[in-house]
Amino acid sequence: MSWLKQTFTSSIGRKYAMALSALFLVVFLLQHFIINFTSVLSEETFNEISHFMGTNVLVQFGLQPVLIFGVIYHFVMGFVLEIQNRNARAIKYAMNKGSENSTWFSRNMIFSGLVILGFIGLHFYDFWIPEISHKYIEVLPEDSTRYFGEMVEKFHEPWRVGVYALCFVFLSLHLMHGFQSAFQSVGARHSKYTPTIKKLGTLYAIIIPAGFIFIALYHHLTAL
Amino acid sequence: MSTANGLNLTLKVWRQKNDKAKGQMETYQVSDISPDSSFLEMMDILNEKLINDGGDPVAFDHDCREGICGSCSMFINGEAHGPGREITTCQLHMREFKNGETIYIEPWRAKAFPVIKDLVVDRGAFDRIMAAGGFVSVNTSGNTQDANAIPIPKADADKAFDAATCIGCGACVASCKNSSAMLFVSAKVSQFALLPQGKVEAKERVLNMVQQMDDEGFGNCSNTGACEVECPKGISLENIARMNREYMSASFTADKQ
Repeated sequence: MSWLKQTFTSSIGRKYAMALSALFLVVFLLQHFIINFTSVLSEETFNEISHFMGTNVLVQFGLQPVLIFGVIYHFVMGFVLEIQNRNARAIKYAMNKGSENSTWFSRNMIFSGLVILGFIGLHFYDFWIPEISHKYIEVLPEDSTRYFGEMVEKFHEPWRVGVYALCFVFLSLHLMHGFQSAFQSVGARHSKYTPTIKKLGTLYAIIIPAGFIFIALYHHLTAL
Repeated sequence: MSTANGLNLTLKVWRQKNDKAKGQMETYQVSDISPDSSFLEMMDILNEKLINDGGDPVAFDHDCREGICGSCSMFINGEAHGPGREITTCQLHMREFKNGETIYIEPWRAKAFPVIKDLVVDRGAFDRIMAAGGFVSVNTSGNTQDANAIPIPKADADKAFDAATCIGCGACVASCKNSSAMLFVSAKVSQFALLPQGKVEAKERVLNMVQQMDDEGFGNCSNTGACEVECPKGISLENIARMNREYMSASFTADKQ
């Protein structure tokens, strides 16, 4: 299998793997948003879906490990590639007008990525760690009605809503480039559909993060 | 004799004695430069002045001075080949600059393109990538077939020709924030992959050329598109997507281990 190792350690192979993990995360983010949005529409529905996602064996022990691997791979490889790329130019230009030929967000994926990494840390601290503790460490009795209340409680604090909103702005910037870039990396580019992918990417990069900000603000304001 | 619209300019030029020396930016003044002169002619004037003053002229690559050889390779005011689109440095005219302006002139910056002297870099990495697979093996025993005998769809011929217009100047590497050579390599892979004559060795070619590209120490492509914008021949990112497809397909299907 040395050919397979060689393929996925080559510059193109790594880009493929980065793109595939990115597309997986794009799909994950969409389903996460849809589930979260149900909390605006119905407390009961949100609790039901959250309970299902938190207790279903396939989700917990099939999809969750894949998600964790995807997230870790995307971040670790992002850093590896960034270090390689920085090393590929030992001396920087005295003057470099990057804005003349590329967008800010395409040149600064590592910075928007770092903000997202910080956000995931906060998100894990807020929701994932207490959830794992509830289920597997303290082994508390199952309560399918607790999810909505736990979420609203978190969004009670204005600083947290502010931090979430700021992080989602960086997520938007990351997606502005990342969405269409993932398709380019896997070679999916054609004059027939690439313009649509780019428009779809821009829409996704605006609607999904804005939607998450709306949900956080909605629960903050309605709980006042 | 000075002219009414002659330009007086401050030049900040990278000077480096040889590949081992530590270089630095040096400041020079040039005056009464005609707006109609090319950037290289302005550099010639600077060098004449330096020689007359007993100094060392600035070394820079140049050959055809009509935008087809790919020799000239200056990073001018933060852009490969300077301001302007789809031009080489020799096609850049001084009318693009304002009187009194300070112009930064630097060599291509990439670990894979080491500086030999001043603004001259060693682009041998591109030659080694070409030697790894950038060719079509043909029978040279005297019975070579006429290439025109093979029907080629017009769209494919056009795309192959567009890819083949790459002059290998290295502006893509110089412009890319990662010093990636993907646009160059993909153009060379595409120009053959699109034609029946090149398809025979397509799998080996893409695997070998990408391997050589990685060995040379170029960075990774992150699809910023800077290379396409700064390319003097307008080589499209479509070629990179094609190479990505070719590479992955060849990895799984080629006989090469």
